[in-house]
Amino acid sequence: MKVVIIGNGISGITAARFIRKLSNHEITVISAETDYFFSRTALMYIYMGHMRFKDTQPYEPEFWTKNRINLMRAYVENIDSNAKKLTFSDGKTLNYDKLIIATGSSPNKFGWPGQDLQKVGGLYSYQDLENMEKTSSSGIKRAVIVGGGLIGLEMAEMFHSRNIPVTILVRETDYWNVVMPPEESKMISRHILEHHIDLRLETELKEIIDNGNGEACAVITNKGDRIDCDYVGLTAGVHPNIGFIEGSGIEKQRGIVVNEFLETNIPDIYAIGDCAEAKNPKPGRRPIEAIWYTGRMMGETVAHTICNKKTEYTPKLWFNSAKFLDIEYQVYGTVLARPAENHASFYWEHANGKMSVRLVYDKNTKEILGFNLMGIRFRHEVCEKWILDKTNIETVIENLSLANFDPEFYEDYSSAIRSLYNQKMGKKLQSKSKRNLNIVLAFLRG
Amino acid sequence: MSNSYKVNVKPQQINTMQKVGLGLGFLGLIIMVLSLFGIIQNPKLMLTIALSSVGLGIVIFAINQYKGLPLGIKNNGNWFTDISSKGTFAWITGIVLTSFYILLYWYPLYLGQGSGDAGNTGLIALFDPLSIFLKGKPASQWFVYGVLYTLAILGFGIKFILKYRHNKYQQLRTISVMFFQLAFAFLLPEILQGLNQPYYNFANMWPLNYYFFDKWHVNGLLSTSNISLFMFGFGLAMIFLISPFLTYKYGKRWYCSWVCGCGGLAETAGDSFRHLSDNSLKSWKLERWTIHIVLAMSFIMTIAVVGTYLSEMGGTAWITRSQFMYGIIAFLVVFVGVLFKYRGERLNKDEKIGILSVAAFVILLILMNQFSGQGNNIFFKDSYSLRKWYGFAIGSAFSGVIGVGFYPILGSRVWCRFGCPMAAVLGIQQKFFSRFRITTNGGQCISCGNCSTYCEMGIDVRSYAQKGQDIVRASCVGCGVCSAVCPFCA
Ligand SMILES: Cc1cc2nc3c(=O)[nH]c(=O)nc-3n(C[C@H](O)[C@H](O)[C@H](O)COP(=O)(O)OP(=O)(O)OC[C@H]3O[C@@H](n4cnc5c(N)ncnc54)[C@H](O)[C@@H]3O)c2cc1C
Ligand code: SF4
Ligand code: SF4
Repeated sequence: MKVVIIGNGISGITAARFIRKLSNHEITVISAETDYFFSRTALMYIYMGHMRFKDTQPYEPEFWTKNRINLMRAYVENIDSNAKKLTFSDGKTLNYDKLIIATGSSPNKFGWPGQDLQKVGGLYSYQDLENMEKTSSSGIKRAVIVGGGLIGLEMAEMFHSRNIPVTILVRETDYWNVVMPPEESKMISRHILEHHIDLRLETELKEIIDNGNGEACAVITNKGDRIDCDYVGLTAGVHPNIGFIEGSGIEKQRGIVVNEFLETNIPDIYAIGDCAEAKNPKPGRRPIEAIWYTGRMMGETVAHTICNKKTEYTPKLWFNSAKFLDIEYQVYGTVLARPAENHASFYWEHANGKMSVRLVYDKNTKEILGFNLMGIRFRHEVCEKWILDKTNIETVIENLSLANFDPEFYEDYSSAIRSLYNQKMGKKLQSKSKRNLNIVLAFLRG
Repeated sequence: MSNSYKVNVKPQQINTMQKVGLGLGFLGLIIMVLSLFGIIQNPKLMLTIALSSVGLGIVIFAINQYKGLPLGIKNNGNWFTDISSKGTFAWITGIVLTSFYILLYWYPLYLGQGSGDAGNTGLIALFDPLSIFLKGKPASQWFVYGVLYTLAILGFGIKFILKYRHNKYQQLRTISVMFFQLAFAFLLPEILQGLNQPYYNFANMWPLNYYFFDKWHVNGLLSTSNISLFMFGFGLAMIFLISPFLTYKYGKRWYCSWVCGCGGLAETAGDSFRHLSDNSLKSWKLERWTIHIVLAMSFIMTIAVVGTYLSEMGGTAWITRSQFMYGIIAFLVVFVGVLFKYRGERLNKDEKIGILSVAAFVILLILMNQFSGQGNNIFFKDSYSLRKWYGFAIGSAFSGVIGVGFYPILGSRVWCRFGCPMAAVLGIQQKFFSRFRITTNGGQCISCGNCSTYCEMGIDVRSYAQKGQDIVRASCVGCGVCSAVCPFCA
């Protein structure tokens, strides 16, 4: 059987690897972007000189031949789902028995004047990075980045690492406060300013000015300010990259609509990763989740289905992690920027203003619902178990040391957190566990 | 249509104070170079100036490199900066270091080592005042080396601590390495020598310390005094009791990245080169071959030396040569047996074949030797020339010249990774018996590759992390840098 996968990102590649593990099907992976799979999340580190492009490729070139996975560099222009045939931009065609679409996302553009000029770009693909590098080599005196969020800040960090002054325009009153609760948002805003990045809150892009050669030379904001710059980064979110399925009969909304088996409306066509949109997402999960590990999980799931082990996609508890410049961030379960009616939250922040722990729980039942952590690492499995077991918030506070995942010799803040809780709630909770691997393992088993 | 990524970055500018630091450092080095030609008068003053300006230079450079920056990972521009990306400077540094080692090991005469009754001249004479101060004897080439080595660890250690200001594990670890180098590897042995005790480095042990069982070393320890007897006992306890226990509890990192001087230099002075360690599968394969061959060689060499020693002692030793030889065979058989029985599931096929063939080889060699009436000859060569050859090839050429001289080209832990027999022993203990692991946190890895790039042992950490597995590798020295550079988890 011929399995064809469009997209060599984490989703497509994971699917290919697992199909190979489970079967002898012929596998072809197509991508227009690069010859080999690389980690998109590491693009910034190349620009910053932490790694070479080669270091971001998790598998050595021999891996693909050894595992009989054909790689093909081409752009798919059209899918003929009746004839089960793909057409490429160079006119060639390819037949398939099963097709997996894993084409990822593209950066949003909101019809700003000047958005297609030279020296304007997003940060998603390898080509975007090349574009940034090319512009940098002709000298950038200032870069303006439009849109708060993780990728915008990554781009700022990149320029910053080369001592290029950066301005970020953000529509909100605090950084990323559509996702983050207010205190954490404030912490990030403070941290950005600490890095001498010019963060402009409640400011939107109105237009990008052409220097007469088709290149950007300044932006105008909604407040009428003009900011001169040699590069404009557009990082106002992403959307599924599915323009090319037009006319194939595959059902789509924002993304390609799939059921719980990741099947589209057309037999033998599947969609996974950033470009897939769940028809009935599981509770606590969103229809489109454009993040790394969901793509990986979907890839593994769809591989089983294709290899005659029909498997439902069942992501467990929501979690995510990222880094805002130097502050690490982790979230487990439900933490909302605007809490629901029955949510209460307990928040502790270190005096240094760079670490915090937020516990979200149900006002009525006192069950723990979520963790939001800044600058502190918690142990994934422990948080997950607490939430899935609907553990009482006080039990969590008493055993907080179990969750500690910071490197050794880091201070354990559990007792500071506990005393604040006791003080606020008028309680006298005591510590009930120490930070010890054996106890943690026993807890996870029991 | 392949992707070849080109960067076009101006090298990072260094600020004035950093230049001052560099200048000071070079001043110190220049004094030392000049001393080579015997131009330096007043060694006391000049040595003080040279050493303090090198030390201060490094520290001033470091303070000004990291000053005012918020806490966090500082790897910006590593691959663009000449010295840390195998540029011209890096090659020059490599060549200079290598030449220094060659002179040190084989031509100390040119450094000014006095022979016979003639006093020291040149560079070594420059160090006489310090040596006389510490132990009342003039310096030797090893003394010079020891001072420079310790200075490098201390100076760059401070730089490392400043770089990882936000990371307590890294700080404590570095302080520990600095302490062991200064106190145990350098000062204590020198001072003891001054008190007419034999040379003994407490931070070093067999098989890294390949001369531990040598006749001069053993005799020296056994015959001098109670202190030296204690040293001998301590050395044995270290090898057979303390070290396995610590490794069981904490993994090999207690030695490789908290105590060992080779590791210490790699972590501090070598830190700027750690990302150059090659992490391809090919070098992993090579590494497993070379390091275990060195281990086998050091093992055989030691057996031969001890065997000779025992037979020369005739009946006066508490065991005879044959008993010793059969004892070794018994030990090997029991060890391999235990390994296969209890840890068989942690071994893959290659490893099984490797272990069996090495053990069989050693046993065969001993048997051949026992029955061929060759007496003290192993490989038909007498044990002392074997020992000499090992000292040359492994002790000097590999660990010094290639191991340190090539830092700027091959990465910081070439010796630890491809050669060190101590690392091999601890690695086996760690992999099969220890509970210590670098762990990952659920499925959070985004395969970015920072961990693999910055692993100085060239371990492809990512290949484990992205599957959510612990890093089960004999070579992991537990330096914790993979976890420090990871944006999320590890
Ligand atoms: C800068 C950056 C940082 C990020 N950081 C994080 C993070 O820290 N954590 C996290 O969880 N997520 C992060 N993400 C998101 C994460 O990278 C994505 O969710 C993930 O890469 C999506 O994988 P995918 O396999 O679904 O799609 P992609 O990786 O986008 O792969 C799709 C591939 O398909 C190719 N393609 C598309 N259409 C066609 C066609 N018609 N013909 C041929 N080929 C085609 C594309 O060129 C692309 O190579 C980040 C993303 C970016 C851009
Ligand atoms: S795996 Fe991590 S801890 Fe082990 S040697 Fe490599 S970087 Fe250090
Ligand atoms: S640094 Fe962390 S996220 Fe990146 S590949 Fe290594 S373990 Fe994964």
